[in-house]
Amino acid sequence: MTALTMAGLTLREASRRRVVWALVALTVTLLALSGWGFAKLAGLETSQGTLTSGEARLVASQLLNLVMFGLSLIAALGTAFLAGPALSGEIESGMALAVLARPVRRSAVLLGKWLGLVAFGCGYVALAGLAQFLVVRATVGYWPPEPVAGLALLAGQTVVLLTLALLLSSVVSTMASGIVAVGLFGATWVAGVVGGVGEALGNDGVARVGTVSRILLPTDGLWHGAMHAFQDPSALVQFGVERTGFPFLSDAPLTTVYLLWTVVWVAMVWGLTAVSFGRRDV
Amino acid sequence: MASDTAAAGSAADLVAALPPSPAVWCSGLRKRYGRRVAVDDVSFSVARGEVLGLLGPNGAGKTSVIKMLLGLVRPDAGEVMLLGRPGKDPLARAGVGYLPELFRYQPWLTAAEVLALHVRLVRARVPASEQHDCLELVGLADRAADRVGAFSKGMQQRLGLAVALVARPELVVLDEPTSALDPIGRVDVRDLVLALKARGVTVLLNSHLIGEVERVCDRVVILDRGRVAASGSLDELLGQREVKLNLEGVDARAEARLRATGALTRAGDWFTVAVPTDDAGTRVPDLVRDLVALGVRVHAVEPGRISLEERLLGILRHRPEDTAS
Repeated sequence: MTALTMAGLTLREASRRRVVWALVALTVTLLALSGWGFAKLAGLETSQGTLTSGEARLVASQLLNLVMFGLSLIAALGTAFLAGPALSGEIESGMALAVLARPVRRSAVLLGKWLGLVAFGCGYVALAGLAQFLVVRATVGYWPPEPVAGLALLAGQTVVLLTLALLLSSVVSTMASGIVAVGLFGATWVAGVVGGVGEALGNDGVARVGTVSRILLPTDGLWHGAMHAFQDPSALVQFGVERTGFPFLSDAPLTTVYLLWTVVWVAMVWGLTAVSFGRRDV
Repeated sequence: MASDTAAAGSAADLVAALPPSPAVWCSGLRKRYGRRVAVDDVSFSVARGEVLGLLGPNGAGKTSVIKMLLGLVRPDAGEVMLLGRPGKDPLARAGVGYLPELFRYQPWLTAAEVLALHVRLVRARVPASEQHDCLELVGLADRAADRVGAFSKGMQQRLGLAVALVARPELVVLDEPTSALDPIGRVDVRDLVLALKARGVTVLLNSHLIGEVERVCDRVVILDRGRVAASGSLDELLGQREVKLNLEGVDARAEARLRATGALTRAGDWFTVAVPTDDAGTRVPDLVRDLVALGVRVHAVEPGRISLEERLLGILRHRPEDTAS
């Protein structure tokens, strides 16, 4: 009951704050720019002549991954900066005092805020992702092979990041938690690219950088799973060995074990947040 | 099984027969922030329907004590009971309304939405009309549909009062409730506390304004450097009252009569007599009657009482550590 009330409050907050408008503006800009780019792609002339429709689809599939990365970045920034003030901001301002003095368990308050943010983040990913698919279909006629699974993994990535941002928000200040969460998200992505290069070069040591970072923070792992669901299956065959560590192609779908690990990771970090928030003096 | 039920029944009867538990009970509360001891072995209780004032200088630990009572700050040691339930149980706060010292409410909600949120958090059934009455009580009825973000500090504090009162509390905790209010607002708060008292609601009031406390509180707890420096009813704390008389023609018999009433001090024609607190109100008129009968001319009789402010300053200036050094 408390959790549902708090989830509703969090959604209402998200919908009434300026961060939403920033998110909408960024998304619309990205959709418009990508629509323009994809439209140009259809009749593109290269040194080898005009791009065939098959080639265009292939390039579109890569570009879609690139644009979806942009979207996932917007989702990450948006939720991290919404999750940042959720705990520390309210404690610092005194807003938490009147609420926590009510007959509520702090874990229920946390669960409510988390559910609200999850609903917001997933809703954003679903809407913006779907809009992007429609733009690509209208311009070059490409439709990803597994759109639902891909968007679900992208939403999972958002959930992982906002859970981390909430944990940080229970121990450090508002600004710091948002910045650290987004910084870690970026660092894991870079580590993933480095690991990809390592794999392509057959260097196990470098490849391990990517693997370890994907276990420590599953955002990049989920992102690779999502890319695999968005890209044209023929792309891997087509590009073959030449695509040494290309960051916008994914070799394989995610394993069940990795997905389970992600669930365990979220539960663990959530539990840590509950303990930290429960013990905190407000 | 049947005997279990019977035992449970008799236990329930026993509990029901107990006198009502205090609204607030705390024992041995301690809190340390780093090296600084903020609260050190604080114990007190507030009876149901009582208005208790928490007094003390800045940094005495008043707000920390209140936050520990409400489960907002974890005490390092000590126990809390609220309305008969252990403080660790969130349900102990079901009948509590709280206005924090640092009051801030969701700026993206309207005043009416803030009240509705708190009613939902308490799981109380308070009709919208009653919630609106609450806003009216604090003078915000015409701002119910406005976002809190546009409110002045004083209006936010008034909203905080409405939040504290909206879910029909049995215990109201007000931490500096008039810090942002103008003189009219202060009088409003005083009347509000008196109205709560008349309805039998327990009030724990933390305020710097000693006059405010003196007018509305039944009992006072004075905190200093995290410890209870003094506590008791106003009569107990303020001790004896005194009466000053301007007299002419006082002879030995009249002086003996004056001494029979209480300790006597004299400065010229002014005589100051201490009147014990157990006085039922007859000692002073009796004294004046007898003095007149003894031929003394009575020019003036002025009641005097040590103010709470003087008493508070007296307690704080004569700290045990200070006198020891």
